[in-house]
Amino acid sequence: MMMYKINVDRLPELYAKMAESRALYLPIEKNDQVEFHPWNADACVRLDKLNTAKSAKDLFFPQTENLMKFKMQGKNISIEENRDPVEPFVLFGVRACDVRSFDVLDKVFLADPVDTFYQSRRENGVVISMACHEPEETCFCHAFGIDAADPAGDISCWMVEGTLYWKPLTEKGQALTETVSALMEQAGDQDQAKVEESQKALHAVMEKLPLYDLDLTGFDGDHLLEKFNSEKWAKLSEACLGCGSCTFVCPTCQCYDIRDYDNGHGVQRYRCWDSCMYSDFTMMAHGTPRKTQLEKFRQRFMHKLVYFPSNNDGMYSCVGCGRCLTKCPISMNIVKVIKALGGENHA
Amino acid sequence: MRETMEALIPTIGVVTDVRVDTPDVKTFRVNSLDGGIPFDHMPGQCAMLSIPGVGEAMFSITSSPTNKEYKEFSIKKCGCLTDWLHQMEVGQQITIRGPYGHAFPVDTEFVGKDLLFIAGGIGLAPLHSVINYCRHYRDRYGSIDIVYGSRSKDDLVDYQEILNEWCTEEGINVYLTIDRPQEGWDGHVGFVPNYVKELNFDVNKTAVICGPPIMIKFTLAGLQELGFEKTQVYTTMELRMKCGIGKCGRCNIGDKYVCKDGPVFRCDQLDELPNEY
Ligand code: SF4
Ligand code: SF4
Ligand code: FES
Repeated sequence: MMMYKINVDRLPELYAKMAESRALYLPIEKNDQVEFHPWNADACVRLDKLNTAKSAKDLFFPQTENLMKFKMQGKNISIEENRDPVEPFVLFGVRACDVRSFDVLDKVFLADPVDTFYQSRRENGVVISMACHEPEETCFCHAFGIDAADPAGDISCWMVEGTLYWKPLTEKGQALTETVSALMEQAGDQDQAKVEESQKALHAVMEKLPLYDLDLTGFDGDHLLEKFNSEKWAKLSEACLGCGSCTFVCPTCQCYDIRDYDNGHGVQRYRCWDSCMYSDFTMMAHGTPRKTQLEKFRQRFMHKLVYFPSNNDGMYSCVGCGRCLTKCPISMNIVKVIKALGGENHA
Repeated sequence: MRETMEALIPTIGVVTDVRVDTPDVKTFRVNSLDGGIPFDHMPGQCAMLSIPGVGEAMFSITSSPTNKEYKEFSIKKCGCLTDWLHQMEVGQQITIRGPYGHAFPVDTEFVGKDLLFIAGGIGLAPLHSVINYCRHYRDRYGSIDIVYGSRSKDDLVDYQEILNEWCTEEGINVYLTIDRPQEGWDGHVGFVPNYVKELNFDVNKTAVICGPPIMIKFTLAGLQELGFEKTQVYTTMELRMKCGIGKCGRCNIGDKYVCKDGPVFRCDQLDELPNEY
């Protein structure tokens, strides 16, 4: 498909045009924090910001969402479906790692039986990705075969010397492009060359990152029990607070809880993010099989690095976004786990 | 019947009978609003029952799939939702969704085999379904032995049905036991795992064990002492569940989700899973 370009000064026009027909989410700074927020003319857009504090999973798998409502009358119950309405939207400025995270979530939510709440958001959302230019020391997407210079999505974008390059990749992306192409110019061979050069430059930067060569050897979905029984978990999990921060900022963590809220006129059943790091996650009337933080900690990382790949043709449930590296209050993270338990002579 | 394709959205069921089984176990009969059954199931499968505002939880379906009139659930009182369920009267509506999980291989591996069912306490609930299924299709299976134990005589679930129907049927041997001697009980006294060893079953049987984790563990060890292989023994696993469809992550253990890959496992399969149950 054809590539387009637009001068960075004209981006507000592009945003406004897209926002005419649907909600547009962009990395927007509010109170010193950049997150995906709905765009408006006064928004402080930060396309330059590498990663939002929370991931973009909220847009497809919201932190809380309504499932259904119950009315109780004496012994009778009636069910009313009151799912939150889903309207077409655009998610602009997603990094390559977060784009891959949607593939990971798809494996869970679109597997039979399909989660129709998630599915309708996926169908209604157009993902516009943004190639990275200044990756950080905590980035290790490369370890998962993700190319930060060539992000997937419905449309990929590159920012080179004050120009945004725009390339639709899917039919959905093409359809959106047609609604805004009047604002853009078609890119030529020279432009193509510029993008390629910027990609090369980014690769050179990436190669120098400390985690570029992070080695996942040994995490092949096999050696499940060997890894599980490793003595190293004790030391790794020793200081974990069980705060769940790592799971909340993680683009691929997908565990959820289902809860009821009685507002006096009926019962709203909703779901919300949950965390395997919490002590009540597996609590039953007669106790929990994961008694200490060691077991909970181990579950998070075993799931991402061993169980998930074993069920999904080797796909890891981590995309190397680095969020858990910066957010953990005790500086524990998946990289330390990979280094401790990986390598040829596994556990 | 259902307009939505969303698995998390239940249908309404109505309680059509309540039976007091033991001081802390009641059996609830559930029908759909039109008087039929909410779904078909296979023995060993479970369903999510809920009282909106109180909670939703997974229960094994106690009735046999061959029963097309209603579904039954034998439920032990052990916490918030089950306390509430125990207060229910006939006519109470609840929500129900399912069936979930893998059933016992009643139409494959079990066919032509001599079957040995071993239950402890409320562990009879999942076995009740498979036992009655096998009784219904009696000629598909060899001999049937049932060992069932509880704390006391009063804690034996379905005691009347066992006495009146199972014990009187030809080709079915029932062995009951209670943990401690009790007035009015002239049957066997002792724990299930020991009783199983005493009974010295023939090792060519296919066995199913259901009960508390500790009872399963010792009974399996007992069977192995008799010469049984783990590949001949099945059991069911119980973990906390929320979605029932392998997505919420709650019941994940190793590369399995108990809600969809279980609750029935063959004991050799358990060796490949982390010991987290
Ligand atoms: S585990 Fe950490 S690095 Fe991996 S995707 Fe989640 S937050 Fe990012
Ligand atoms: S690993 Fe860190 S962020 Fe995650 S629960 Fe433990 S202390 Fe919190
Ligand atoms: S109960 Fe949700 S994954 Fe099994």
